[in-house]
Amino acid sequence: MKTLASDTQALITALHRILPSSAVLSDAEDLRPYECDGLSAYRELPLAVCLPETVEQVRAVLRVCHDMNVPVVARGAGTGLSGGALPLANGVVLSLAKFMRILEVDPANRIARVQPGVRNLAISQAAAPYGLYYAPDPSSQIACTIGGNVAENSGGVHCLKYGLTVHNVLGLKVLTMDGELLEIGGAALDAPGYDLLALMTGSEGLLGVIVEVTVKLLPKPERAQVVLAAFDDVVKAGEAVGSIIGAGIVPGGLEMMDNLAIRAAEDFIHAGYPVDAAAILLCEVDGANEEVSDQILKVREILKQAGATEVRTARGEAERLKFWAGRKAAFPAVGRISPDYYCMDGTIPRKRLSEVLSRIAELSKEYGLPVANVFHAGDGNLHPLILYDANKPGELERTEEFGGKILDLCVAVGGTITGEHGVGMEKIGQMCHQFAPAELTQFHAVKHAFDPQGLLNPGKAVPTLHRCAEFGAMHVHGGKLSHPELERF
Amino acid sequence: MTPDTDISAALQANLLEAIAQGSPVQIVSGGSKTFYGRAPQGEPLSVTGHRGVISYEPTELVITARAGTRLADVEALLAEHNQMLPFEPPHFTGNATLGGAIATGLSGPRRPYAGSARDFVLGIKVLTGKGEILSFGGQVMKNVAGFDVSRFMAGSLGTLGILLEISLKVLPRPESEQTLLFECSALEAIQRMNAWAGQPLPLSGAVFDGGRLYLRLSGSTAALNAAREKLGGELFADGPAFWRDARDHTCTFFQGDAPLWRVSVPAATPPLDLPGEWLIDWGGAQRWLKTSCAPATIRELTAKAGGHATLFRGGDRQGAVFHPLPPALMALHRRLKAAFDPHGILNLGRMYSDL
Ligand SMILES: Cc1cc2nc3c(=O)[nH]c(=O)nc-3n(C[C@H](O)[C@H](O)[C@H](O)COP(=O)(O)OP(=O)(O)OC[C@H]3O[C@@H](n4cnc5c(N)ncnc54)[C@H](O)[C@@H]3O)c2cc1C
Repeated sequence: MKTLASDTQALITALHRILPSSAVLSDAEDLRPYECDGLSAYRELPLAVCLPETVEQVRAVLRVCHDMNVPVVARGAGTGLSGGALPLANGVVLSLAKFMRILEVDPANRIARVQPGVRNLAISQAAAPYGLYYAPDPSSQIACTIGGNVAENSGGVHCLKYGLTVHNVLGLKVLTMDGELLEIGGAALDAPGYDLLALMTGSEGLLGVIVEVTVKLLPKPERAQVVLAAFDDVVKAGEAVGSIIGAGIVPGGLEMMDNLAIRAAEDFIHAGYPVDAAAILLCEVDGANEEVSDQILKVREILKQAGATEVRTARGEAERLKFWAGRKAAFPAVGRISPDYYCMDGTIPRKRLSEVLSRIAELSKEYGLPVANVFHAGDGNLHPLILYDANKPGELERTEEFGGKILDLCVAVGGTITGEHGVGMEKIGQMCHQFAPAELTQFHAVKHAFDPQGLLNPGKAVPTLHRCAEFGAMHVHGGKLSHPELERF
Repeated sequence: MTPDTDISAALQANLLEAIAQGSPVQIVSGGSKTFYGRAPQGEPLSVTGHRGVISYEPTELVITARAGTRLADVEALLAEHNQMLPFEPPHFTGNATLGGAIATGLSGPRRPYAGSARDFVLGIKVLTGKGEILSFGGQVMKNVAGFDVSRFMAGSLGTLGILLEISLKVLPRPESEQTLLFECSALEAIQRMNAWAGQPLPLSGAVFDGGRLYLRLSGSTAALNAAREKLGGELFADGPAFWRDARDHTCTFFQGDAPLWRVSVPAATPPLDLPGEWLIDWGGAQRWLKTSCAPATIRELTAKAGGHATLFRGGDRQGAVFHPLPPALMALHRRLKAAFDPHGILNLGRMYSDL
């Protein structure tokens, strides 16, 4: 689908007719800030960027694009790490950045109704006067939007106990590509009909544009306490994770960092991490005061038995927040020690943790590219950060190949290619490994039910079978072609 | 326990045959929820033969079992390892199966505090109306590869596909539980349930029935004792039986032939002005109403309160059992039904007359 210059002009004229002139960007220099999301290795300029302020304006933009057959990429804060908000050269970027209002905080029903461009952390701040908060806390929470969180089904360090976005959203207002407004769910705990909330959450902007979100708020736990344990061996740390869960404890958060990540974070934040440790675990328990006391004792005992060289309970709230600050700033901290890094996001069954970490270390040697591991150990969601330098010829390509091997490894041990960052543009090839053609066809059928013309974020999240055939031809997996039944070209 | 069997090949052959003949099928399992939904139609196709736990690893907090596995067998196995299905699925008469639990998506009293049936679904294997066996999700806690078809299947009443295998997240059983009792009015009960739910208290159930508010607490003994200090109330000795009866509709309230409505509203909604008898569950978010009041009146008032009403049991099973959807949503439902069941073969009319 190539758009001719005259078509582009007609599109921009049509957009100007429905939006204030400051809300339509089409000069190259104005488009530049939108050329990528958090995965900056992929860049593209769209035909135009629209910045509507009202639901009616969003509807009008969609109708124009629908009628002119122009693809639309919704965008929140652009912090996504899989190229989900990457513009399409023949498309329009629809920014929800101006939808920043918190419409309602209802403490009696423990819900908040917000516009999609509201930042994740702003919801918890608005709920704080009532002793409530919004549980999912991605590390990017100061910047990322709730609309983006819903589109990615984002997680955070507290998701082990409190669930992902899908467990904490009760209602959505969604515009479909043809401008129809759907109300899905609401303030009650369930809704009649099919569970469309489940389909919309994690749909990566392929099914509809989210224009309002109703989230669940939880009471702030009476007390939260974090234990930091140091290990001289990554494998021992991995096994300690299983022992904690096996003992019937569900920590509020259970995170792991390896030596490279520890040193980077310590340099940056001065959290007081032991820089000689091969790995640290941060284990937070929260709940009623007495329960926390009980569990902290148990956790400390388990960690010691698992061979921790040091077990430190945060003394007071300030130290607790400091321990977490190091973890939450781990990505930017790694960014300071390497020109570029590539963040992977596979999930594996917890029991395969040690084995997978050892294999990643071997691959790191093979490729000559260092890896820092910072991740949600409690739910087996890995974030290996591959350190590279995009200015060195060929290094990005080698990094991507290495990353692809890590994802293959995750699938091979019974896991998945993405735990929370989404498929986007980045992992479109790996989807061909994770799913058989019939399953991919079913995904396309779902997309077709919402967006028959295929205009919302096309080419992302779900590969076409053609794409898989091409990818398979380049990529021989375990000595076998991925889809031998498909024609090659 | 009944022996494990994998009859997916036979089920697939049966379904392909039905597709070829153009003859609709109704999926039947334990039959504990046959009363639910609109009247079944089509040739019965039983999935109860497809049973057995495929994998269970307590330290992974994941169980995978075939859909015809009895819920009681799943729960007994989990209990051996001091774990549970946190959404407390109703068994009703006792033959309930795992497939039926997820296909209906029903959850018990713990739901507002622990999560719903669909919240705990991690992955499924499903025989779709196209006759294809597909897998979605998996056995890991976090997975955002592709649309979340597994959770979408929960509550779809077999209208999209026959569930073959289901992977669920499980949780440790609480160290101890206590039930507290308070005498009060319905309005007071709703206010208290919601005020407490906004505080960090170890709640795991809140039901109001017959002038009494029953509150369940779960956690460590020390935490429960501390919570009791704050809450007051009287310790109720028969807690476990009470919560089982509330879950399975075996308490006195649910006896009798009057139509039973399930009213789902925002939890803090004051008592609705509808004639009949009420039992309030889920801390106010799920209310049961025995009434012969006209369906249109019930639906209008419930919708005004921001909720919806289901004719759960009795009444006209040929009519609109589930709350009618606005036209645009209904049209989307039809397109989704066609995406999974293009020949229109599975559990026709069980949810809505034209699905
Ligand atoms: C330093 C850093 C740390 C991070 N940590 C985490 C973490 O801990 N956990 C985690 O899960 N993620 C994390 N992320 C990833 C990212 O922040 C999340 O995916 C986030 O939800 C994206 O939100 P956004 O507003 O930036 O969305 P964008 O990047 O703008 O968009 C993401 C996707 O959502 C779609 N979209 C956005 N808004 C809408 C809408 N209103 N309607 C429909 N579709 C829409 C877009 O089309 C795109 O496909 C991190 C990222 C960074 C840079």
